Amino acid sequence: MTLDDILAGLFPNGHDIEAIGSIVAGRAILPDGGLIHLLGITRGRPLGANEAIVLAGRVIDIVKSGDRAPILVLVDSASQRMSKRDELLGLSEYLSHLAKALLMAEAEGHRTVGLLYGGSAAGAFIATALATGTLVALPGAHPAVMDLPSMARVTKLSIDVLKAKAEATPVFAPGLDNMVQTGGIHVVWDETSPLAPQLAAVLERPAGQDDRGRLGAERGGRRKSAEIADRVVALAAVAQRGAQHG
Amino acid sequence: MEKLSFRLTAARSAGGSRAQAIVGVVASGNLEVLLERASPTDTCTIDIATAAHGFGAVWDAVVRDFVARRPAGGLRISINDGGARPDTVALRLAQGVRKIEEPER
Amino acid sequence: MTQVAANNVSLSWYEASARQRIDALVDAGSFCEYIGPELREISPHLSIFDLPEQFDDGIVIGHGRLDGTPVLIAAQEGRFMGGAFGEVHGAKLTGLLRAARALRQDVLILFDTGGVRLQEANAGELAIAEIMRAVIEVRRTGVSVVGLIGGRAGCYGGGSLIAGTCSRLIVSEQGRISVSGPEVIETNRGIEEFDSRDRALVWRTMGGKHRYLIGGADTFVDDEALAFRQAAIDALKIKRGCDTNVLEAEQNRLERRLQRFGEAEDAVDIWQTLGIDAPTEIPALPTDAFLRAAKRRENADDAR
Repeated sequence: MTLDDILAGLFPNGHDIEAIGSIVAGRAILPDGGLIHLLGITRGRPLGANEAIVLAGRVIDIVKSGDRAPILVLVDSASQRMSKRDELLGLSEYLSHLAKALLMAEAEGHRTVGLLYGGSAAGAFIATALATGTLVALPGAHPAVMDLPSMARVTKLSIDVLKAKAEATPVFAPGLDNMVQTGGIHVVWDETSPLAPQLAAVLERPAGQDDRGRLGAERGGRRKSAEIADRVVALAAVAQRGAQHG
Repeated sequence: MEKLSFRLTAARSAGGSRAQAIVGVVASGNLEVLLERASPTDTCTIDIATAAHGFGAVWDAVVRDFVARRPAGGLRISINDGGARPDTVALRLAQGVRKIEEPER
Repeated sequence: MTQVAANNVSLSWYEASARQRIDALVDAGSFCEYIGPELREISPHLSIFDLPEQFDDGIVIGHGRLDGTPVLIAAQEGRFMGGAFGEVHGAKLTGLLRAARALRQDVLILFDTGGVRLQEANAGELAIAEIMRAVIEVRRTGVSVVGLIGGRAGCYGGGSLIAGTCSRLIVSEQGRISVSGPEVIETNRGIEEFDSRDRALVWRTMGGKHRYLIGGADTFVDDEALAFRQAAIDALKIKRGCDTNVLEAEQNRLERRLQRFGEAEDAVDIWQTLGIDAPTEIPALPTDAFLRAAKRRENADDAR
């Protein structure tokens, strides 16, 4: 689906969106009459310092407006921009800043929903889609940490060997199904059904809890993560109680 | 990974009262050695997982020498090896015993 | 009364292991580990690749005291799998940060990481996202999360994004912070873009001095465990949350950086723009002289 198709399907009441290079920003009216903010990185472009600062600025403006309206983050990107210039300028701070802005928006009462409708990878994925409260995807979306050819170079294994291993586990290979199984993507929408009710259903979910570890355990893609994290919380509580009284 | 296990009789048992000690890291040419107290005190067990295959005879010689020379009785030793040379293995084993015998603070 | 005593032995932070760093950082004998190596919570994924495992999966977590104050601590082992984040490794840090929120206790993260562990890339990537979220949630309660960066593996990839969520960062010259590593940039963009074998280029583009000068880190210290300890003690005295004002200040700070330095070709150009007298001398300066030269650096006070 193209971005225009997606937006038309999501917002039958219309939307207003502007493009600044690969960045989009705007707003739309939900079927129930409520406002929703739109932000995104499109056309499979990399996320560099310039793009991240524009997006973060928009998020902060939204939070300052105090409207507490939901924010939909549309994602079809490459990875972070791999360049000497971006790293020289401290790209990690720009990407973190964008993620922080999205996390803060959620904490300040804005529902944040990521919609992965194309690609995304590595730092760009972390700073956008994975920094939202609920991440959904459309069929055909293709998240990755690293593509298999690069992974083959680094691990010194052939692509065929990696593909064979990827059959046995969702834990390392790129792809939508693997990211669903490990709990990173809450749900893959049905593109043959109207999108607006599917967004409404996501917006009705309770906010605030990071349930990706639990989802990963339930779906079998990340069996250890939630259990380990919970155990550390419990151990710390017991150990400190012991220390206070001991 | 190749797995090796040894169960050796030790003339001397490890001193000190620490329950466990760990030394080293798993990296190329390096290894980690985890030492824990176990009974009986005249026995030392050593379980090894090594990235370098086919060196069973070398490991046999190194761990037998270690148990003969150090107070290793009552220890359960677990090793993750990234392909360390025998002298590095011997050094880590010696460091491990020294550490588990250190007085507790 | 708790006895406050640091180890006073000279120890290179860069050379030390994760466990040695913790021992040298906190008050002597105060560290208590959670899910230690004896529990053998190893990665369930490395065996698929026939790779060696480590009993703590390359990260040590627990609590201790810093100058008498209770703190939670995590230390990555950069020599094991490059300190990279896998499922168990990441979940231990996520859990520690959630514990910090429940206990209202400050956290020290001793970064030493190449980023996501490729053999469990999806789990590692999600762990980074969960950790960043947990950092922001705990910071919003007023708890500080301080990052210490000066290890062999640097602080790359997802690790650098986590670092960017911290309240304060302490670096040594060896502390490289960057999203894409030199080899990754060279592989993807060519040697004309970045020559990863040019070590001087790597250090001045990603190293601790440059990060400190542009406000990417708050405290610059010698490659000495005791220097890191003192800087951590000082960092925890500063209390600052993470609210709209902080984010807006950071927005302004990072916009200003793009305006001031966005056209620079090299770190030396940036140092020149900062008004440093002999910018080409920066890499060679010992700490005292460097800190004097750095008086006109950009800083991130109240904007991180």
